[in-house]
Amino acid sequence: MSSFSRTFSADLRTRPRSSDRQRGLRYWRDMDWILLVAAFGLVIFGSILVWSASRADMASPDDPQSFLKRHLIGVAIALPLGFLASRVDYRWLRAYTPIIYVVSVLALLLTFVPGIGKTIAGARAWIELPLGQTLQPSEFTKIALILMMAVLLSEKRDVESEPRDRDVILSLIVAGIPLAIIFLQNDTGTALVVPAIVIAVIAVSGARTRWVIGLIAGGILLILVAIQLGLLREYQVARLTSFINPGEDAATAGYNANQARIAIGGGGWSGYGLFQGPQTQGNFVPVNESDFVFTVAGEEFGFIGSAILILLLGVVLWRGVMIGLRADDMYGRLVATGVVTWFAIQMFENIGMTLGIMPITGIPLPFVSSGGTAMMASWIGIGLLENVRLHSRGLPT
Amino acid sequence: MSERSDLRLVIVGIIMLSLLVTLLGRLYYLQVMTGDTYRVAAANNTVREIVTPAARGLILDQAGRPLIANRTSLVVTVDRAALQRQPNDGADVLAGLSEALDIPVETIEDRLRNCGTEGAKPPPVCWNGSVYQPVPIAKDVRTRTALTLMEKRREFPGVNAQLEAVRVYPRPFESNAAHILGYLGPVTEEQLDAESDTTSWDRLRRTDVVGRTGLEAYYDDVLRGQPGVTTLAVDTAGRITGTLDERAPTPGSYIVTSIDSRLQAVVERQLVRAVQRAQAQGYPGDSGAAVVVDVRNGHVLAMASYPTYDPDIWVGGVTKEQFDELMQSQSLASNAFQGLYAPGSTYKVISAAAAGKEGFSLSGAYDCPRRLRLGTQVFRNFESAGYGSISLSRALEVSCNTVFYGIADRMWERAGGDRASREAADPIAETALMFGLGARTGVDLPGEAAGRIASRDFKRANWESKRDTWCRNAVEGYPKTRKKDPQLADYFTALDKENCADGFRWREGDAINASIGQGDTGVTPLQMAMAYAAIANGGTVYQPQVAKAVVSPTGEVIKDFAPVVKSKVDVPRSTMRFLQNALPGVTTDGSGRQPFAGFPLDQIGVASKTGSAQVTGDKPPISWFASYAPAKDPKYAVVMMVTQGGTGSKTSGPSVRKIYEALFGVSGQQVRPERSVLVGATPRKQLPVIRPDGTPVFPRGRYSGVSE
Repeated sequence: MSSFSRTFSADLRTRPRSSDRQRGLRYWRDMDWILLVAAFGLVIFGSILVWSASRADMASPDDPQSFLKRHLIGVAIALPLGFLASRVDYRWLRAYTPIIYVVSVLALLLTFVPGIGKTIAGARAWIELPLGQTLQPSEFTKIALILMMAVLLSEKRDVESEPRDRDVILSLIVAGIPLAIIFLQNDTGTALVVPAIVIAVIAVSGARTRWVIGLIAGGILLILVAIQLGLLREYQVARLTSFINPGEDAATAGYNANQARIAIGGGGWSGYGLFQGPQTQGNFVPVNESDFVFTVAGEEFGFIGSAILILLLGVVLWRGVMIGLRADDMYGRLVATGVVTWFAIQMFENIGMTLGIMPITGIPLPFVSSGGTAMMASWIGIGLLENVRLHSRGLPT
Repeated sequence: MSERSDLRLVIVGIIMLSLLVTLLGRLYYLQVMTGDTYRVAAANNTVREIVTPAARGLILDQAGRPLIANRTSLVVTVDRAALQRQPNDGADVLAGLSEALDIPVETIEDRLRNCGTEGAKPPPVCWNGSVYQPVPIAKDVRTRTALTLMEKRREFPGVNAQLEAVRVYPRPFESNAAHILGYLGPVTEEQLDAESDTTSWDRLRRTDVVGRTGLEAYYDDVLRGQPGVTTLAVDTAGRITGTLDERAPTPGSYIVTSIDSRLQAVVERQLVRAVQRAQAQGYPGDSGAAVVVDVRNGHVLAMASYPTYDPDIWVGGVTKEQFDELMQSQSLASNAFQGLYAPGSTYKVISAAAAGKEGFSLSGAYDCPRRLRLGTQVFRNFESAGYGSISLSRALEVSCNTVFYGIADRMWERAGGDRASREAADPIAETALMFGLGARTGVDLPGEAAGRIASRDFKRANWESKRDTWCRNAVEGYPKTRKKDPQLADYFTALDKENCADGFRWREGDAINASIGQGDTGVTPLQMAMAYAAIANGGTVYQPQVAKAVVSPTGEVIKDFAPVVKSKVDVPRSTMRFLQNALPGVTTDGSGRQPFAGFPLDQIGVASKTGSAQVTGDKPPISWFASYAPAKDPKYAVVMMVTQGGTGSKTSGPSVRKIYEALFGVSGQQVRPERSVLVGATPRKQLPVIRPDGTPVFPRGRYSGVSE
């Protein structure tokens, strides 16, 4: 028993079983408010950025607020989903996880069905819905995968201190199937996030060290081999490597990287001010309402504003890690680890690419970028974190 | 849960913390440490300029008659950004435009291509302006066509019709003045490079036309004005997101010249007459020049060069064939200030002045034999005439070479002869330089030739630059020529051997030749006019000026150019008076008598000197006639020159007389000032009046010169 769980379990035993009403009260009282406030702050900040980025957009010449409206509708759907994820019964969740997993893999496959699948920016990762809406199933796949791995790697937690090799291999297979599909979709961004989640969850599950080292080494090797064998298409390599020297080919691969850097660099200490960024308002940075949304913060709110944005994300990560550490059981801890790693890698990759230290991939900034599916998935992630916390009868905060 | 799990989750947390720190650090570097460079890049990304060229200033003659004016032309332009937003990149629009303007679609497409891009035709077909600038595709479009285009705006998105100023030459009195006025051309790469570090809104732009020669070039920045520039912020699609800066164009200022277009027309006509006279005598008479200046202030009243060209040819761009033809005819350069010619006997006034300065008697008798033998060489008089013992004044009248040979020979011996030191005196050359010969006059026209005076210094400088070639040839002995003609090779080798050894030496023959304006001496007709003007005004060498003033389009005087004294001639007063007394005699009793027969010289004395300068070989001489008048109260200096034209008195003289007749209003024996070509029979002092609408006020009726 770890020191954390030992302390908390003593407390658990003395606490009497409470009524339903008391449970409802406790839900609101024991909720991680800091996490919630930080996530809400990011959503508000993000909405302003999306508004600024899209008001002069060519896609919406008639209604300059149409993008913002769509974004807010996404938020409106995402919040109840997050609430649901925080209230759903743990045992129920564990029981239905395999079904959720299978459904999510099938949804991924739907993107290959002609007439349903849709290609955006080279990635065939979307499903077309009625009324012109689109859905990116891989966003939910990440959640399904986290839940599935958590189930597999926490099964035998009571007797053994570490998962058996069989469990690790099984969880790798479970991860490999959607990963292969995501690769086929050309969704490079998600394909980078999934392995990071897998490695973090396996590591925290207590699996033998050689698994962790082996997986990290294997991941690096796989990227090198993929480039070497030309498995990645030329444009993928160009997009991945253009961040090293964006000025070299300003018109093509490096264009995004270059324009993004001009926007952020120009922001200086305090930025041009809302709606004043020349790069933002002139639409020089592509997709700056979603993947490149951070450039708007950089240009219009400067170092001060964008640092606040990063710190808010930092708060989310800090609370997430704390929830993982204080989790009562391995299942909860692994769910928290998976969610928090997912947020962290997406944040680093997304902001890193606008700053020119990471390759350019199509990946949204959690809570901030416009994009309904990502927003829903992120709030489900928050819901799951809160759920884990509420199941841990530890100290508040 | 295991401690290993705790530890690993803590490590995951630490990794996340380091990722956060990395992002913040990178952010700080980009925004705070290197932010400025990105701000500049962002500014370049988003700014677009709409340039409205300023109306170029007019050039007026002294009476206010426009020598260069503007006319408006309806120009149809196409905005390519708007075109690209149309289906098929606006192919339908272009097809409709082609029909409306009756221009082939291909021609429009060629015009719309940026110079230097694939498939672009060379300028002026391709567009060498900014990508954002609407491209003019047709000029002088009929008003009805333009109106139709404007009425159907929906069918012709991005198409616009606007008025544009085009240079016109009203040519008052059918004067040409092409070499004075100059022409416009597209801005050159060098001019753009010179301004490449300025980002000022009134800088030169690739689409600008600038003055390339003449007044258009010399006063280009005055005439050009400042363009109207609207600076717009644009997005990637070229849509305007805001106006950053707006400046209305400031029209260019006017140049008021001292040229009188009516006199100019007379001078041009008379120059052609002189050329025709030369040709009638059987001489080629291939080129010529004539200059009229005001001796009291250096104003250029008229200046002509033959052959000339039609300045209209440059409007709207010259074709390759037209340009080649111009080059062939050698009509682009002005012989009046860009050509160098041996001055011949007109230079004798310099030798006479040098003689006076050196203490030679101005009243004494000099021997004028048919020929002068010096050593092995014989120097002859023109047509081998001899006049016996005559005065120096008479020597000028009859243009006796041998008298000046004798003077120059004595000066040469005084300076030390063949053993003269490098610094030894060279009075004739020094006097020539004092009179402004052999140096740029400083006239306000670009590309003026400097000229050269044969002298001890010039010969040494020439030797220093050619010595290496001479010495090498002397050693090599002309091997190529030797194969064909060994004798000629021997002659060349001997010559170069001598030149190599002492080609710097100012020999007796050099000094004698130089005294009558032969040999290496080359001057421009304008220099000669200024030198004679200096004799007329008692020794002041003015800097000749074509422009009198710069006036704003509203008539405000911006700059009034005062006469500029270039130098004072340092010769004794008596010597100057001697020249002033002697030169009218040339017209009454000397070599200038014939052309002025019947001219009322008793009322208007004309001081003159003829020249028939021998050039190399058997070429006919350059016909010079240099003069000023009235002799008593000098106002004008007139110089005319025709190459391969014969004698000064037969070819140029009669034309110079006609110019004086026009200046003073001479008809027969009568002087009628009211018949002078100059309004009020005198160069105008006041500047012309400009009306509030920018049109100049100039004389009407007989004096107008412009068809009304």
